Amino acid sequence: MKRLVVVDVNKCVGCQLCMLACSRRFGVVGHNKSAIWVRSAGGFERGFTIAVCRACKDPPCARVCPTDALKVREGGGVILNPTKCIGCGLCKEACDIGAVMWDYEVDKPVICVHCGLCVNYCPHSVLSLEEVV
Amino acid sequence: MDWFKSLSNVLYVDLTRKTFWVESREDLFSKWLGGIGVATQLYKEEVPKNADPLGPENVAIFAVGPFTGVHHLGSKTIAVFKSPLNNYFSESHAGGRSALAIRFAGYGAIVIKGSSDRPIYLIINDGKVRFRDGSILWGMRSTETVGRILREVSPGPGHRAIMRIGRAGEKLVRYASVITETYRHFGRLGLGAVFGAKKLKAIVVVGLKGFTIPDISTYRAVYNEVYELAVKSPAMKKYHDLGTAANILALNSIKALPTRNFSSGSFEHAGEVSGEKLAETVLARRVACAGCPTACIHIAALREPYPEEPYFYKMKFISYDHEPLYSLATNLGIGSRDGFLKLLDAVEEEGLDAISTGVVLAWATEAFSNGIITEKELLTKPSWGDFESYIKMVRNIVIQPNEFYRTMALGVDEVAKKYGGLDYAISFNKVEPAGYHTGPLYIISLLIGSRHSHLDSGAYSMDQELLAAKKPLPTPQEAVEKIIEEESWRQILTSLPVCLFARGIYKPEMVEKCFKPLKKEVSAAELKKLGREIWIEKQIIKYSEGFNPLELRIPKRVLETPTPHGVVDENYVREALKYFNLVVNLSSKLK
Repeated sequence: MKRLVVVDVNKCVGCQLCMLACSRRFGVVGHNKSAIWVRSAGGFERGFTIAVCRACKDPPCARVCPTDALKVREGGGVILNPTKCIGCGLCKEACDIGAVMWDYEVDKPVICVHCGLCVNYCPHSVLSLEEVV
Repeated sequence: MDWFKSLSNVLYVDLTRKTFWVESREDLFSKWLGGIGVATQLYKEEVPKNADPLGPENVAIFAVGPFTGVHHLGSKTIAVFKSPLNNYFSESHAGGRSALAIRFAGYGAIVIKGSSDRPIYLIINDGKVRFRDGSILWGMRSTETVGRILREVSPGPGHRAIMRIGRAGEKLVRYASVITETYRHFGRLGLGAVFGAKKLKAIVVVGLKGFTIPDISTYRAVYNEVYELAVKSPAMKKYHDLGTAANILALNSIKALPTRNFSSGSFEHAGEVSGEKLAETVLARRVACAGCPTACIHIAALREPYPEEPYFYKMKFISYDHEPLYSLATNLGIGSRDGFLKLLDAVEEEGLDAISTGVVLAWATEAFSNGIITEKELLTKPSWGDFESYIKMVRNIVIQPNEFYRTMALGVDEVAKKYGGLDYAISFNKVEPAGYHTGPLYIISLLIGSRHSHLDSGAYSMDQELLAAKKPLPTPQEAVEKIIEEESWRQILTSLPVCLFARGIYKPEMVEKCFKPLKKEVSAAELKKLGREIWIEKQIIKYSEGFNPLELRIPKRVLETPTPHGVVDENYVREALKYFNLVVNLSSKLK
């Protein structure tokens, strides 16, 4: 199994092509379906912060889900079953690194599936898809 | 939501009545695409002929377009307004996150009307506009602090643009800028003063929505094709590596680098303030606009000790480009990198346009050495290279402690008309120029370009291409035709709008291809025709506001200092202006 890794956040230029790529999976242009979030670390002069699922082996987001909508994924991280999800937002609160995004259109979380599409559009090799040991 | 429906939404904000509404303007976006095409029409609807640029009847229009967020380098917002610097229809472009934020907020354009009775700022988020009290932010010394506060009190980090003015805009300096994301500027022609007159300190736009593309598989293929070009093609290499600062040595080597108020085309310390040297010594970070992989924004780190307190330092991060390097280094005879960065930092804190400010300072230096003005007016004794005096002068342009500085705040044309030295007051239709002294085509382009900008037609490249090919100059008529043709095509690029740095990628055929996934059928030929139509629309507006190319002042200095094409012949330029006038008159009659 593979997981998405932020290799070197200092090389991030904030172009947000990774965010656009993630939403594009659903045929959408925007940031609203993105499971990755790049924002400045207190102004552009301080560089950027990248929030993305780091594939916890024992993920707090899954532990707090009251409806079992989040299943632990082999190799870490979670898989969302949207039909079970009631949009309570506990998972979002449980993730201290802010890697559970929110889709306001359907009022449910956006969860990284570690597909690595964003990696293909990172022009400065900030992201990579690595084998889980 | 469908891409076209969401693009067609125009948000109107009335600052006088503190209200807002949205109108679907499919009529405008289907014919004029977006960006400058649509903004020009909105200007026609909103701004009366004799509008005061600083009155409530002026508007600030921000427009994006069909390629915003959709295609690479679709990262620019086009601002249109009546300029308080020259009193004409004007435009200024900026990137940062502004374009994607407006587009993902669900709008194709925002029209700011009226003026507030007290300082305010706007938060545009989730279909609503909030009018927030801006009294606390008003008068704050640094735009950086304003940005820091707005970041903390506004929603949507990572998905927003924070467009703000500095004290220069509040004090109505006619070349005040609007800054977005600390390092990008709606710099030219005084949009900052338009904000200031409206008592509008800032606009925060949060974009959290998305839209759909009709043909997603074609979209993915085209997207990937442009991505390859954007990250690998030689057309973009210059912007990747050294950034636009690479121009300094290139222009210096052909003696086309404006130096000491355009009195020379080469600078003996060019090597000290070159893109190469800056990269080697102070370049600390590179940053990109949202939706662009290039990262052309080059940020220098400046470490300054506090003289009174040992072991205390401040670290400032300042973005540099070719234009400020010309206007605040070579054209002021500054060969000290730190000196240049400190001066640029002061300009940024105040929210001034770097180009205009540098040209105004250069004129004042010469006027002082000629005895036209004295220390009594200047409150300092400037000389070439003396960045400390220039920093004092920058503060005074904003503080305006006397009549002289109140006039300095009106631009180089006004101050020279009042105090003298018009021969070396470098401006074109009252607009201070960018940093090239390449030859006659560039000079003509500054006079006839619709915003008197180097980027209207990129004629500095035309001069250099002629030189490289060892070709003779075209006739003045041919020169005008060439400039208009290029400027017309750029109307399409700025209606999409894409960054003009991507002009090497977005050739007519590529633009046609990029429209395919949107299921909008437009041929390359139709696009070219539309570009010409937008160009003539802009000329008609400017002429109706009183523009007359036959009456333009050509600064004597630029006709005296040799270019790589030798000394430029005034008759050649005047012939070109006559021909331009003829073309506009004919085209507007045909319309």
